[in-house]
Amino acid sequence: MSGENVKIVENATCTFCGCVCDDMVLTVDLDQKRITKAKNACILGRAWYAEHYIEEDAPAAMIDGKPASIDEAVEEAAKTLVDAKFPITYGLSDTTCEAQKQAVAIADIIKGSIDTTTSVCHGPSGIAFQGVGESTMTLGEVKNRADLVIYWGGNPAESHPRHFGRYAVTAKGMFTPRGKKDRTVVVVDVRKTPSVPAANQFIQVKPGKDFELLWALRALVKNRKISPNIEEITGVSLETIQALVDKMKNCRYGALFFGMGLTMTRGRHFNSGALIALATDLNEYTHFVAKPVRGHGNVTGADNVMSWQTGYPFGVNFSRGFPRFNPGEFTTVDLLAKKDVDAALIIASDPASNFPQAAIDHLAGIPVVSLDTKATMTSKLAHVAFRTATYGINTAGTVYRMDDVPITLRKAFDSPFPTDEEILTAIKKRVRALKFPKNQAGDKVPPGRASQKEHWKH
Amino acid sequence: MPETMLLVPGRSSKQGTSLNKGKFEDEYQEITSLVEMNEEDMVRLGFNNGDKLRLKNPVGETIVTCKSKKATDLPHGMIFIAYGPGSSRLMESDTAGSGMPLSKHLPVQVEKIG
Repeated sequence: MSGENVKIVENATCTFCGCVCDDMVLTVDLDQKRITKAKNACILGRAWYAEHYIEEDAPAAMIDGKPASIDEAVEEAAKTLVDAKFPITYGLSDTTCEAQKQAVAIADIIKGSIDTTTSVCHGPSGIAFQGVGESTMTLGEVKNRADLVIYWGGNPAESHPRHFGRYAVTAKGMFTPRGKKDRTVVVVDVRKTPSVPAANQFIQVKPGKDFELLWALRALVKNRKISPNIEEITGVSLETIQALVDKMKNCRYGALFFGMGLTMTRGRHFNSGALIALATDLNEYTHFVAKPVRGHGNVTGADNVMSWQTGYPFGVNFSRGFPRFNPGEFTTVDLLAKKDVDAALIIASDPASNFPQAAIDHLAGIPVVSLDTKATMTSKLAHVAFRTATYGINTAGTVYRMDDVPITLRKAFDSPFPTDEEILTAIKKRVRALKFPKNQAGDKVPPGRASQKEHWKH
Repeated sequence: MPETMLLVPGRSSKQGTSLNKGKFEDEYQEITSLVEMNEEDMVRLGFNNGDKLRLKNPVGETIVTCKSKKATDLPHGMIFIAYGPGSSRLMESDTAGSGMPLSKHLPVQVEKIG
């Protein structure tokens, strides 16, 4: 009977958004396999847990829409990827670092491209970091020290609801014991979002003029003159800009959090770069940091795993046997829209729903292998579709918070479905076996490394 | 004559919660096809809450439902929609060598249908 077999999971981690709040107290009905209460969760986290259920009748694997065994599906997936001339691996932001690591290995073996949802999120910020650098921090520092917080081109009240309370606005810290009373909060955006009421000041910039406003701020920080027409250009008066500069220069610890209002608009990485450069400039006067507010639960982990495995955060290609990075060439929207790739491995992502139509059209015409926790537009068009366990609820593992802090997940209850890591590990073994059949000595090593191994023996 | 307006797709709380219920559910479909418009623009254009509008640009088109927003919250000429299949249909695939398609500030033609 429901309600008798209940388990409490303390300090569980919500993986819905990049805040990755690790103070959840979950009440789990083990008979119903449902989470009935998620203490401390925000509106998005409550929905994440409340709507999670196991579709017991759903097949764990399908080939061309028909149920298949996992072994059959792994074999077909491996053949599909090995037979392709130019396969792309994409997604990865809603799975564990352990699964992400396996996906990188697959892309390396099949000499394809690998890209994550970062490319259509803060990819431009990643490009900007490479060009400008990063004045970075952890969210704990912000909580304890920041007395000026500026949100630019983002709406955390709706996208990251606990960002305010846990880290940056009302959070009480070592040098901010009164929380909001010890901080000044500014929101810069093109519209009055639901985040604005949390701020002391709202600055409304004209659409597409973020770069110009950021550059004007940089100029004034450096005591340069700016155009008297700046209000006409940006929608923000010179007095307002100067007052903000004064606030920034005179704060004790300033933090700029920026969203996709910068990366998804004209200017892209130039917008992010201008903001990061502003933070760097301000370190001549005080301590100032900048951080993108990241979306999916482990998109930051995807950046980290990609970076420590390939040297680059997204948009990586292995076709020459070593990793190359080139956004615009090896990023997924480009590869699909230009019809460059002939197979796709999509992990924990739904590009068939949220990509531009030209990219979706090509995706629908090539063999796709998909891994997801529920049916999606992508899984529906997949040649091989795996249903996997949900990370943070049915699997443990590691995720990275938006400030690059790794956090360990706790499993709430078991799923009948395999984990992404298990499926990807199985696919990796099969693609390696298909790609590098046993040599005469019986060693499973790539041909190029065989002589090297022989050399070591002597 | 269709009116040219600036479409800003973005996240919303309801989009986030309905996403968890499922993209194939009616709630998600409704939320991602609801467009917010400055109430004064709506009066000027003769639109009412609940009207069906066609948003169109050279990339594609989508049908949405109109909802008013206070003039102080949304500038004239700007409309907001929660990310979803509707906004994706209007996104160009060219990324200008960045990997990122322009996904906000999309000029679209707006006209009432039906």
